[in-house]
Amino acid sequence: MKHIISALVENKPGVLAHVAGMFAARAFNIDSLVVGRTEDPELSRMTIVVIGDDRVLEQVRKQLAKIVPVVKVQDFVGQPVVARDLMLVTISAPPAKRAELLSLIEMFKGKVVDIGLKFIMVEISGPEAKIDAFISMCRPYGIKSVARTGTIAMSRQA
Amino acid sequence: MKSKSKSSAASAENSSIKTGAQIIVDTLIEQGVDTMFGYLGGVLLPLFDRLYDAPINFIIPRHEQGGCHMADAYARATGKTGVVIATSGPGACNLVTGLATAMMDSVPMVALTGQVRTELIGNDAFQEADTTGITRPVTKHNCIVKDVKDLGRTIREAFYIASTGRQGPVLIDLPVDVEVSKCKTDGSKKMSLPGYRLRAEGNARQISAAAKMINKSNKPVLYVGGGVISANASKELRAFAEKAHLPVTMTLLGLGSYDQNKPESLDMLGMHGSAYANYAVQECDLLIAVGARFDDRVTGKVKTFAANAKIIHIDVDPASISKNVSVDIPVVGDAKVILAQLAKEVEHKERKEWFKKIADWKKNFPLRYDKNSTIIKPQYVIEELYHQTKGQAIIATGVGQHQMWAAQFYKYSKARQFLTSGGLGTMGFGLPAAIGAQIAKPNETVIDIDGDSSFNMTMTELSTAVEHKLPIKVCILNNGYMGMVRQWQELFYNKRYSKSYLSNPDYATVAKALGAVGMTVDKKADVPKTIKAMLSEKRPCVVDFKIEREENVWPMVPAGKSIDEMDGLDILESMA
Repeated sequence: MKHIISALVENKPGVLAHVAGMFAARAFNIDSLVVGRTEDPELSRMTIVVIGDDRVLEQVRKQLAKIVPVVKVQDFVGQPVVARDLMLVTISAPPAKRAELLSLIEMFKGKVVDIGLKFIMVEISGPEAKIDAFISMCRPYGIKSVARTGTIAMSRQA
Repeated sequence: MKSKSKSSAASAENSSIKTGAQIIVDTLIEQGVDTMFGYLGGVLLPLFDRLYDAPINFIIPRHEQGGCHMADAYARATGKTGVVIATSGPGACNLVTGLATAMMDSVPMVALTGQVRTELIGNDAFQEADTTGITRPVTKHNCIVKDVKDLGRTIREAFYIASTGRQGPVLIDLPVDVEVSKCKTDGSKKMSLPGYRLRAEGNARQISAAAKMINKSNKPVLYVGGGVISANASKELRAFAEKAHLPVTMTLLGLGSYDQNKPESLDMLGMHGSAYANYAVQECDLLIAVGARFDDRVTGKVKTFAANAKIIHIDVDPASISKNVSVDIPVVGDAKVILAQLAKEVEHKERKEWFKKIADWKKNFPLRYDKNSTIIKPQYVIEELYHQTKGQAIIATGVGQHQMWAAQFYKYSKARQFLTSGGLGTMGFGLPAAIGAQIAKPNETVIDIDGDSSFNMTMTELSTAVEHKLPIKVCILNNGYMGMVRQWQELFYNKRYSKSYLSNPDYATVAKALGAVGMTVDKKADVPKTIKAMLSEKRPCVVDFKIEREENVWPMVPAGKSIDEMDGLDILESMA
């Protein structure tokens, strides 16, 4: 099962290596890991998607909390949560296919951010499942490349 | 000898301009450091210049690993935080085994390492290594100080982190330019650790629930680990066990927390534990774990470990709870506080049948060896050591068969009496550990019960003991094998003794060459008088006991078996 874990960490060198190293050393599975600044320059937020059962997740939470520069750990399981991925995707788009593609992009509320003679680049955000669905819809046209951020999340009560 | 006169290092309080090196020395003294271990090097010269006349007893090992084990054992023997220092690159790398040893056994240590100048970092400079990167998995915390203004605070934080909660080693990497840059100090002792919180008291409701469960239990066992010793909670443990009337078994690191001479003691449990401890754990209806972590050498096959018992787990580290075994009542906090509170809430209960059963197991399955053998049995040497030291010596060990015999046949009555590498199983720990302990406790008898192969790994530290005129004793139980490995090859690899023997030097000659006393014993009849002579030596003394070469440690729970599926009980029986 996938869990989204959010960790507030001190913005210091080595913290990312420490967290990533702990996951590797304890054989925990990371699906995605996103680090970014917060409103406080001293703190960063890591959003980590982990695969494992409840017992594994309990250990992940505890081992994360044990790392000294990790200030707070939250597991969003069972909570109403807003979780989003951002993706840039370049799709083959010869002029004959463009109209069709644009309506597909419209349906997914994507945005065309670059265009060339034979391709378009689309920016799209949303829950992971929506991004996955968009990819499979685009596949028949030919996907040239994909860059995804991994999930960031926030609890609705926050 | 350098002078120990009162130096400029003494005052940390005043606001003044200081170099980084001076701040380091002042902060160490402020933290109560009077002894440290370490080896200098190029990038540490500014600091060592300040240590020249600092009121700190400085022990130079012959290898940084030795220094790290000495600081570790100093901490284990006293409860104070051990301090070790090493230079950049190879010096820092040589600390890794020692740090990992301390990490696995939760020993409070602060390691300081030199580093190349900050502007050279990342350039593959001479003697540069990514020390914080290399040591991150083997320290509780580590960091590099790049600004002299952060130095005092970082060192204070290191001592605080090392010595609180689940204790462990903390490393600070010190670029040489930070040692020489100056800054104004204001005497502030602030720390900034927003992510480090401690839970001391333990949840009152959980404690009451635990007490109720204990009061109801007819067949409880108290299972005690090294955490009780780290927490200085041996007294509280004994009071609690006595009040509730509980049989007590200990892990390798827990030995000494409870007096093994008491009838309630079940001695050590686990892979080479006593049969009566393992039977009691498997049959108990309540297992009360305190400061123990359900290590695989204790539980054997986890699924069947104490399968019929409810489990109470008291530990300072939340991550230890329900890691290997799922727990009914967890109590997170300081064992000293929680055990005192529990003692108030438990009732005395006779549990006659349970204690009768335990007494029968003890009678039927004692630890034994062949006393009629004409060859020197290792267990005999340890029993003789026990008798002649009246059970009062501090015992350090290497790792292997001799370590297990030292755990089985010396009966410990005091916390911090048995110093051994449990979690990591670091061969070569014994000699430097004995040195660290003797520095900490100059008036006690300190004995390294060692194996020949373990001793080989760090025997160069004998020079350190000679230099500091330490009256440590080293008893090498010499079977000419890596004994435990040989035992496994005998039992599980059809006696194919692949690479498990080596040609050893004459240890008595080596000892003499290094300036220590050296003796060899190959006759059983000479054991008592040689031990007597050894104990009266004022110089470091090495005794090479030529023991039975293929003696095995029994009982033994083969890997992956339940702890009541012990091999060797029939062999022990035949020695009666």
